Amino acid sequence: MTQAVLSISGLHAAVEGKEILKGVDLEVKQGEIHALMGPNGSGKSTLAYTLMGHPKYVVTGGSATFGGTDLLPLTADARARLGLFLCFQYPTAIPGVSTVNFLRAALRAQGKEMPAREFLNRLSTEMKELKIDESFRSRYINDGFSGGEKKRMEILQLAMLRPKLAILDETDSGLDVDALRTVADGVMRLCGPDMGVLVITHYPRILEHLHPDRVHVLHDGRVVTSGGADLARQIEREGYEPILGTAAAATA
Amino acid sequence: MAIQAKELTKDYKYGFSDIDVSVFRTAKGLSPEVVASISQHKNEPEWMLKFRLKALDHFRKRPMPNWGADLSGLDFENIYYYVKPVEEMSRSWDDVPDSIKQTFDRLGIPQAERKFLAGVSAQYDSEVVYHSIREDLEKQGVLFSDCDTGLREHEELFRKYFGTVIPPNDNKFAALNSAVWSGGSFVYVPKGVKVDIPLQAYFRINSDNMGQFERTLIIADEGSSVHYIEGCTAPNYSSDSLHSAVVELVAHKGAKIRYTTIQNWSDNVYNLVTKRAIANENATVEWIDGNLGSKVTMKYPSVYLMGEGAHAEVMSAAFAGNGQHQDAGSKAIHVAPNTTSNIVSRSISKGTGRTSYRGHIKVLPKAHNVKVSVRCDALLLDEESRSDTYPYMDIDNPDVTIGHEASVSKVGEDQIFYLTSRGIPEQDATALIVNGFFEPFVKELPMEYAVELNRLLALSMEGAIG
Ligand SMILES: Nc1ncnc2c1ncn2[C@@H]1O[C@H](COP(=O)(O)OP(=O)(O)OP(=O)(O)O)[C@@H](O)[C@H]1O
Ligand SMILES: [Mg+2]
Repeated sequence: MTQAVLSISGLHAAVEGKEILKGVDLEVKQGEIHALMGPNGSGKSTLAYTLMGHPKYVVTGGSATFGGTDLLPLTADARARLGLFLCFQYPTAIPGVSTVNFLRAALRAQGKEMPAREFLNRLSTEMKELKIDESFRSRYINDGFSGGEKKRMEILQLAMLRPKLAILDETDSGLDVDALRTVADGVMRLCGPDMGVLVITHYPRILEHLHPDRVHVLHDGRVVTSGGADLARQIEREGYEPILGTAAAATA
Repeated sequence: MAIQAKELTKDYKYGFSDIDVSVFRTAKGLSPEVVASISQHKNEPEWMLKFRLKALDHFRKRPMPNWGADLSGLDFENIYYYVKPVEEMSRSWDDVPDSIKQTFDRLGIPQAERKFLAGVSAQYDSEVVYHSIREDLEKQGVLFSDCDTGLREHEELFRKYFGTVIPPNDNKFAALNSAVWSGGSFVYVPKGVKVDIPLQAYFRINSDNMGQFERTLIIADEGSSVHYIEGCTAPNYSSDSLHSAVVELVAHKGAKIRYTTIQNWSDNVYNLVTKRAIANENATVEWIDGNLGSKVTMKYPSVYLMGEGAHAEVMSAAFAGNGQHQDAGSKAIHVAPNTTSNIVSRSISKGTGRTSYRGHIKVLPKAHNVKVSVRCDALLLDEESRSDTYPYMDIDNPDVTIGHEASVSKVGEDQIFYLTSRGIPEQDATALIVNGFFEPFVKELPMEYAVELNRLLALSMEGAIG
């Protein structure tokens, strides 16, 4: 029986005093790929931020553990060191901090430092895989990047840091067809027994590449239904209404 | 006579205490006698004595500047204006307090340099290195010495330029420096000579290096170029509460001077410095000016663009920690047509620290087709930190292009979160953001200075220094 990497139960969280998550239950086992879908504003990014430990998102109830460790008392950096990673929906620019320096600092912080030569070789390889130009090494992190470039940079960090579980928050949005394939291939390459993925998306397209084990639908701060890959296709065909209708009926 | 040789117990801050050092020193406070005794002690020519006395007069007549930082804590009567060791200082490394040794450790300063900085050794161990550099320079006809030596050995050349860029009556502190100056550097680069290694102040083996009232004069003759580096990033532990330097640069036709400063005074020091350059036809002057530490700094490196096609570049960075005020900026005076200036300022305030950008752009009626770009950005690290901008513009010619941008920002919660989400602890994340903010400045520094500055910033962030 594989272990649960991420285990969320009855999680409530508020931002700016407003409750957004209203009892989320979710479990991701070692090496599994899960998809999280749901209408705009249903709380998907909020869940991602809350799990990663953004100070603005205040947990008001429930629990979340990572590899058996209670996540909630930990700061974001400690959570990252446990092996949790978030691909941001809107990555932040850090002017003056080059990609190289940033990645080295992150690896060092995570105790994954390697000799300079090995680091640069690995960086080169990963950049090639992701079709990121060499010049991005010395560019300041996300500073002046296009939307698609930012998304690729997130995956590059993922590839360098090799977490146990990656949450991808709409990493597929805003990517052209080829970029989507590159990114999806990149994620697939990294996935395996050592790395699971929770992919937040609006489109089944990326799921055709990733073949998720489970698909969940978040609505109004709760996971209202879960299913196999078919669920994503059904949502694509019919929209959320039939599902949410049933879910609403079920809760009633 | 006010000069006396006697045992002096120098009351060093940071624990240097009760160390007897034999020195010549003038009496506390300022008077014509004090000024005359300085001049006499140095065996100066008559004209220099007159220059000093006249400057003292200007100093006394001028009111304290009240437009900038708070200078009310300054007491001119409670300062020694001239202190000179008679013999080599005989302090030993064992007398240096552990706290300072630790700071040096953390800064990664080489052993030889540490001793020099701690005042243990007036002899910098790289004498041999310096010697070969000096021989190379001599072959090219480059003069590089302290200012007193410059006056003694090249009086005619020295006199031709001394006090011409910054006259003694320019401002109260330039007047003070003109009256009591000592030490500093004198550099002359002959026509067409390009000095390919940066000239560094601490290559000079001279205990006057770190003087309170140093005076620097650099002349780059036609078509020559030189990069001069002053100071270093190690903290200058000084018991003296006032540092007032004057730096004059003259770039002749087609010449280029870059002047790099990184200063880190201890937090009791009023650092009031006048720096000005003259850029003649097609000359370029670049001030790279970094200020950390001190209680109050007032410093506005300026360039007078006197010849057509001249270019000025001023890049400054300031860090104000608790209780510190960095009042810095720059001036560009466009006298000739087709001249350009580019000013970039970055400042960081932490805790109760305060930074001000004070800039003055002047374009004279005859200066057409002038291009000016000013950009100043301030970063606040705490709720109580403060930053202000005072840009003055006097434009008397309609044919100018002026770009001015200013911003004040706080370290963003989202930036911190982004970095911490990659495993980087919050304190390191802040240091990364701070270093990133200074990056445009740091990029301009020679490698070893860049590394030192980054380390120093990290320490300042911890509050260990400054
Ligand atoms: N900082 C904030 N301040 C106020 N409201 C917020 C904040 N962050 C999120 N919210 C609100 O929380 C709700 C959930 O937002 P969230 O970003 O989690 O949605 P989402 O499911 O990711 O949507 P999308 O599919 O559009 O990305 C929204 O109504 C949003 O306005
Ligand atoms: Mg979202």
